[in-house]
Amino acid sequence: MKPFLMAILLALSLPVLADSPASPPASAPKQALPNAEDPVIEQRLVNLAEDLRCLVCQNESLAGSHAELAEDLRREIRGQMKAGKNDKEVIEYLTTRYGDFVLYRPPFKPVTYLLWLGPLLFLAIGAAAWYATLRRRRAAQSIPVDEKKLAAAAQLLDEK
Amino acid sequence: MKRWLPLVLFVVLVGFFAKGLFLNPREVPSPFIGRTAPAFTLPLVGNASASFSPADMKGRVWMLNVWAPWCVSCRQEHGFLMQLAQSGTVPIVGLNWKDKDREAAQLLAQTGSPYVAVPEDLDGRVGIDYGVTGTPETYIIDKEGIVRLKHVGPISPEVWKDKFEPKLKELGA
Repeated sequence: MKPFLMAILLALSLPVLADSPASPPASAPKQALPNAEDPVIEQRLVNLAEDLRCLVCQNESLAGSHAELAEDLRREIRGQMKAGKNDKEVIEYLTTRYGDFVLYRPPFKPVTYLLWLGPLLFLAIGAAAWYATLRRRRAAQSIPVDEKKLAAAAQLLDEK
Repeated sequence: MKRWLPLVLFVVLVGFFAKGLFLNPREVPSPFIGRTAPAFTLPLVGNASASFSPADMKGRVWMLNVWAPWCVSCRQEHGFLMQLAQSGTVPIVGLNWKDKDREAAQLLAQTGSPYVAVPEDLDGRVGIDYGVTGTPETYIIDKEGIVRLKHVGPISPEVWKDKFEPKLKELGA
């Protein structure tokens, strides 16, 4: 039965794999970057752009996207890096134009408190539930046993 | 109460998902709202010796419509923009974004132009300065040159009524 089930599950999962867009391996776009005349800047660009969102295909990074806007933005970043700007200044350039949305790592500030601290909050809720359960169980265990009833029960068992 | 908790949680989750389902992921909050519109000076389509700069519009409430001849949804809103231009409610400037084939002048001659000026942003740099991610995008800029509203996607009569009209009224256009 089990192998049969596995086969069905596998068959079900295959069309899903086939339908997903043929995304190139993660390393491919790096090689495809044009104008790689300065390998140092190019490496910095790739490192930085991996953490930035492409605004056209929003689930792709700026490094991996082939959208025209992404190419333009890479060109801008490259130009700024050549002009001697550091990574922080380049990111500032992008966030003043496109907002924090371009960052795959959102900054820690009031609107993102829930986002960053949410997991801790859920951990705390879990811990509280765990503690409550333990306490309830301990309370259930420490109910005093009536010795007379225990003896009566033992007697009943012995009679058989 | 305890019996109902899973159901309540489920309903809350469904509520979140339903809300998320109808959000437009293209509608990225613009960091420009309430900030001065970035300055630029660009030559005009069809008249490269003349130029346009947002400073030219000082003292007027106006709209910057980022469009391109190759953009299909721009054609969709074109008819409505023509109506707007004819009604004279608000001057529209049409930033011609990344028109590499230089088709804008010809297209506007064919279809009519709803714009008071059509600056040519050939390499798309001004678009990037405005945080444009795709055409069409429309900004309302007030008398002091501050961006008041950004809309991503074509302007339909409904969007105009719900989003643009109240804002323009507020700004005294």
